Amino acid sequence: MEIPYTVTARPDTGLYNAKVGIWLFLASEVMLFGGLFSAYIFLRLGATHWPHHILNVPMGLFNTMVLISSSITMVMAWSSLKMRQFSNYRKWLGITLFCGVLFLSVKSVEYKDKFHHYGIILNSGQEITGHLAMTEEEAIHSDVLKIKPDPENAGDFLFQLKSIFSKPEGEEKVLEIPKKEIRWWSNFVPKYNTYLATYFTMTGIHALHILGGLLVLGYFWGPGAALYRTNPEHLANRVEVAGLFWHFVDLVWIFLFPTLYLF
Amino acid sequence: MSLRQFHLVFITLATLLFLTFGVWSIYSYIQSHELLYVWLGVGSFLFGILAVIYGIWFLLKMKKMKIY
Repeated sequence: MEIPYTVTARPDTGLYNAKVGIWLFLASEVMLFGGLFSAYIFLRLGATHWPHHILNVPMGLFNTMVLISSSITMVMAWSSLKMRQFSNYRKWLGITLFCGVLFLSVKSVEYKDKFHHYGIILNSGQEITGHLAMTEEEAIHSDVLKIKPDPENAGDFLFQLKSIFSKPEGEEKVLEIPKKEIRWWSNFVPKYNTYLATYFTMTGIHALHILGGLLVLGYFWGPGAALYRTNPEHLANRVEVAGLFWHFVDLVWIFLFPTLYLF
Repeated sequence: MSLRQFHLVFITLATLLFLTFGVWSIYSYIQSHELLYVWLGVGSFLFGILAVIYGIWFLLKMKKMKIY
């Protein structure tokens, strides 16, 4: 038995099966990300302190440009299929795949940077952020933490920071803090504060969606493209559905970037 | 909604993002006086204009090719 409306649209709805399916799926995705954004708003409104400028804006902007470009190449791949230009389809979809991989690579560099960034809360409640001037293993076992403070700490005149930042240019600015004066210290991972917890949750779930999209697009670029020989319109429909998902994931980033990086 | 229509929605929102980022860059420049923000702001407004031009080009191309 042949399943109807896999290629042609159903006359009364004007939709083929897969398009109904993807929009139902995207509706559930709206609820997932809508819930995450709502949680973010309430956590931020309820917070007494919310960190600013701890993310790399130029890197985030670069990734935004990469995803916007990938949406353009995605739609070019689909329109090439509709015009029966198979080699163009492979070219544009290949560029889309490259953009997706590039996005994830830049994101992993950003994550790595956060994992090597540390914050120290002193007994007085003062926070000092920076990079360790010793290995993490040494830091765990030592009685003293050696840290190169971030320039943002320069305005703070507590705990020897003034003498550290007044050192001449070129001289190493390392602060040594005895552990008995430290209440808590950690690298910038989700447990560090609510902001980083929401950052890693939202961008992590988004990155998983990009990864899923790449797997699907990779299939249509490779083995799935064989359908072109027997039913090119069916392949065009499949690519359109994958393109709708890809656009949705890119759209989520358009909201994530200003929310997490700018404001 | 087809991919063509969703793409137009996407480009509209991307344009709004570029304009928002441009305003944010100007505000950041006023706060910090760092020249980098001026370049970011100018670049962002330019990309906003480019996105509008692209959106119109895309719409016309799809109509010409009769892709809906």
